[in-house]
Amino acid sequence: MINITFVASDGERRKVEIEEGETAREAALYNDVPGIDGDCGGVCACATCHVHVDPEWIDKVGRLTDGSMEADLLQFAEGTTEFSRLACQINMKSILDGLVLHVPDKQY
Amino acid sequence: MDSQIAEPDAAARIASIPIEEIDVARPSLFQNDTIGLFFDRLRAEDPVHYCRESHVGPYWSITKFDDIMAVDTNHKVFSSEAKLGGIAIQDMHSAEGALELEMFIAMDPPKHDQQRKAVTPAVAPSNLQLLEPVIRERAGEILDELPVGEDFDWVDRVAVELTTMTLATLFDFPWKERRKLTRWSDVATAAPETGIVESYEARREELIGCAMYFKTLWDERINEEPKNDLISMMAHSPATRDMPFLEFLGNLMLLIVGGNDTTRNSISGGVLALNQNPDEYAKLDSDPSLIGKMVPEIIRWQTPLTHMRRTALEDWEIGGKPIRKGDKVVMWYLSGNRDESAIERADQFIIDRKNPRHHLSFGYGIHRCMGNRLAELQLRIIWEEIHKRFSRVEVTGEPERLYSNLVRGITRMPVRLHAR
Repeated sequence: MINITFVASDGERRKVEIEEGETAREAALYNDVPGIDGDCGGVCACATCHVHVDPEWIDKVGRLTDGSMEADLLQFAEGTTEFSRLACQINMKSILDGLVLHVPDKQY
Repeated sequence: MDSQIAEPDAAARIASIPIEEIDVARPSLFQNDTIGLFFDRLRAEDPVHYCRESHVGPYWSITKFDDIMAVDTNHKVFSSEAKLGGIAIQDMHSAEGALELEMFIAMDPPKHDQQRKAVTPAVAPSNLQLLEPVIRERAGEILDELPVGEDFDWVDRVAVELTTMTLATLFDFPWKERRKLTRWSDVATAAPETGIVESYEARREELIGCAMYFKTLWDERINEEPKNDLISMMAHSPATRDMPFLEFLGNLMLLIVGGNDTTRNSISGGVLALNQNPDEYAKLDSDPSLIGKMVPEIIRWQTPLTHMRRTALEDWEIGGKPIRKGDKVVMWYLSGNRDESAIERADQFIIDRKNPRHHLSFGYGIHRCMGNRLAELQLRIIWEEIHKRFSRVEVTGEPERLYSNLVRGITRMPVRLHAR
């Protein structure tokens, strides 16, 4: 199992476990982490699982790729930064054990 | 599907139509609400269906959830461009005398992206938080004026009124003249045969009147400090402030129609669905905390826009069928929202459904409805305020439906309120 900590906009931290091969979106939804809506079902088709990857983890997770569908969708989201990703596109693997993701106040 | 069918043997008749003759573009099927039976057949027998001849020409119908998702998220192959036909089954710019409006919903990147970004902040969650108390107060006022214990038309007194007042709030539109917005929204989507306008010329004149009205507001706002209303945002944003006239009018119409018809019909559709499912109404009455989950279920159930259309930019395959470059491809959200392979018990209205937001009513991909959380907010507020005041909104007569293959509308619905 791999650990992820979701940090809510009010600073509250929630540590959850997920199996390798699942995504950070699934980790949030399986554990009812508030603030991750994930409307489309995890197929990179909306932007309601927007997270800010903790700067310490961004190199391991990887940054948004220009011209990707993920980037096309995130351009319309609120409060995006250079650390923004969609949680459904973060595949969990052992090097991400201990990952910290910050959840925006609201998704749309 | 979800309401009583006027013609009792409709099911048997529709079951006997040869599959290749099925044409789901006919507006009468939506008006008499037999359309669901046609979609049931297409999903089961021919989920990617080609209709060779229709009043809108040849077109493909995409009827399954996953196929719709695949088209909606592939904007590089499936274009929304107005010049190719745009976003509805009826080609844009096809009618003689129609205005050639330009709006970002009917554009491809990069222009779509720039214009959408300019207006998105108006409906972003942080702005909605500011709007919520205003919308709630105005919703309460609308409900407090309603008669208890006597029949009245829910559509006119509540659904239209509430969405119009929200739009007026978003545009910071002169309050007393807000019904102009309702009229312009109706006119913008109207074809002459609907009876809303007499001719395309009449429609053109009304829309030019609308544009002139907004031009005055625009000129006021551009000379003021930037504010959080949509007109001020468009007037001050580099992406939108120098728009040509037809683009200005087109984007205004997009925001007016987008925020009007859709929410209006979900407000009415929710009342109807609860009346048709008394067990669900009882559930809601005993636990109003379910409203948050019920709202997306109402939006799925109603599917206020039945479809969006794309045009193929290259040869492609969907569900084993060969789509040719230039073909018209129609994503029937109303059908995908009843697809059992993607949504459990899709033919049932369930207000405490798991994963209620997993529906197609807002579309997906870069054209996904930008007002989706505003629509949910309005519906949540109206249901919370209804619950405080009334134990039941009883539908007392047959609702009348709109003659349209695009807007799934309820035009009249008699109701009676029961005091709490």
